[in-house]
Amino acid sequence: MPILTVTNLAGATRDVTASAHGSVMEAIRGAGFDELAALCGGCLSCATCHVIVHPDDFARLAPMSADENDLLDGSDERTPTSRLSCQIPFTEALSGLRVTIAKDG
Amino acid sequence: MPNTGTLIVGAGHAGAQAAAALRQFGYEKPITLLTEETDPPYERPPLSKDYLARDKTFDAILLRPATFWASKNITLTLGQRAVAIDAAGHALHTADGTAIAYETLIWAAGGHARRLACTGHHLTGIHTIRTRADVDLMQAELAHTETVAVIGGGYIGLEAAAVLRKLGKSVVVIEMQDRVLARVAGPALSRFYEEEHRLHGVTLLLNTAVECIEERDGRAAGVRLANGTIIAADMIVVGVGIIPAVGPLREAGAAGANGIDVDEHCRTSLPDIYAIGDCAAHINPYAPAGQRIRLESVQNANDQAATAAKSIIAAATGAPAPHYDAVPWFWSNQYDLRLQTIGLSTGYDDTVLRGDPAARSFSLIYLRAGQVIALDCVNATRDYVQGKPLVVNRRIIDKALLADTAIPLKTHG
Repeated sequence: MPILTVTNLAGATRDVTASAHGSVMEAIRGAGFDELAALCGGCLSCATCHVIVHPDDFARLAPMSADENDLLDGSDERTPTSRLSCQIPFTEALSGLRVTIAKDG
Repeated sequence: MPNTGTLIVGAGHAGAQAAAALRQFGYEKPITLLTEETDPPYERPPLSKDYLARDKTFDAILLRPATFWASKNITLTLGQRAVAIDAAGHALHTADGTAIAYETLIWAAGGHARRLACTGHHLTGIHTIRTRADVDLMQAELAHTETVAVIGGGYIGLEAAAVLRKLGKSVVVIEMQDRVLARVAGPALSRFYEEEHRLHGVTLLLNTAVECIEERDGRAAGVRLANGTIIAADMIVVGVGIIPAVGPLREAGAAGANGIDVDEHCRTSLPDIYAIGDCAAHINPYAPAGQRIRLESVQNANDQAATAAKSIIAAATGAPAPHYDAVPWFWSNQYDLRLQTIGLSTGYDDTVLRGDPAARSFSLIYLRAGQVIALDCVNATRDYVQGKPLVVNRRIIDKALLADTAIPLKTHG
């Protein structure tokens, strides 16, 4: 199973493994991080699964959709490597991905 | 009596988030999360969408992994119904005769799906969509169901209709009002969704009252309308709202006519008892001034949970408690249409249509006394995002400018 490295709001980092069938959001939520709200459950209706991807990993991700980009625009916490974690399918190829939960995640 | 600390009744979005938020904000006393349901906390919105369509498994809609609650030292008590509250004695009684002492009680019991009251309302084959168990019952019957009558053209009914059409069922939606979504949206949005459902093969009966449910061999066989017509159906789905589940709280003396009244910190009129989520009647800064409302949404459940959790912690330390003032938002997915709502359209006196519904991407903007109070955005995420500051800041903007899609809404922010 692919490995995801997650940093929480307190700055603590932990490696988690997750099934390669879900999204990065599901991997984070499934690992029990309580700061990621993911309120709409992953249907691209909100921006509460906001993560900041490690700059060295950002290019590994497929480009985001216009809707994801628009939703991120609504966040005061947006950075150049911000993504909505529900929109990143978590695959074996992405193993080692490093993300930090955003303050409004 | 087992413990004190905080006892939370109801483990939907509100109750689950209240427990998680208390721990997140540093609450160290015992927390018990008690629900009459037999499943750990899960998301409700997919029940009428992805979960009904079997596009998502139950595990995929769990709010937290099953191990989360124990890892946060939160006692999850499933299958227990609260039946009485001794407010003075700070104890809750459950259906099996247990008394649970509490220091603080959070009532987050939501509501039960409103059922029909007419002849035949009790028959097998009539379904509501409120819990996982409800939808599992529906799914067990779907394999041998060809025709479905949906009573109620609100969000739940329409979302279910969209899924059932996708599953190849023949669907009739029966709505008492002269349009769908009549209680929650403007006519332009109603007309758009009516057209979409018709194009997808749904038969819509508006201005249509139900007389009774027809029976055959002990099960529901159709719906008899007030005009005498019988709509034959193998399955009947009733989506006519909820009744707040507040009986024990009301009997204990909590104030409230429609749900339970709470103040800006989500406190009820009873000592050390909070109420949050679908059943909490509150003064919402986005509703008409002074109007007490209940809001049935994930946003409201989640944000009121955070308000109550922070208020409980503040009460212990003497710090000022936060006020509930979050901007309401909501979503509904039907077919390939994504509706996103910001604000509350309650009490609107004017609307502006931005974009062309025929293009299947547009927004309906609601105004009250000239101020932007809400937007319903269909496949128009940018308007949803950029419309939020207009709602938060109660902006007054020329209607022609609002309607002009060549001008981004952020220009007016």
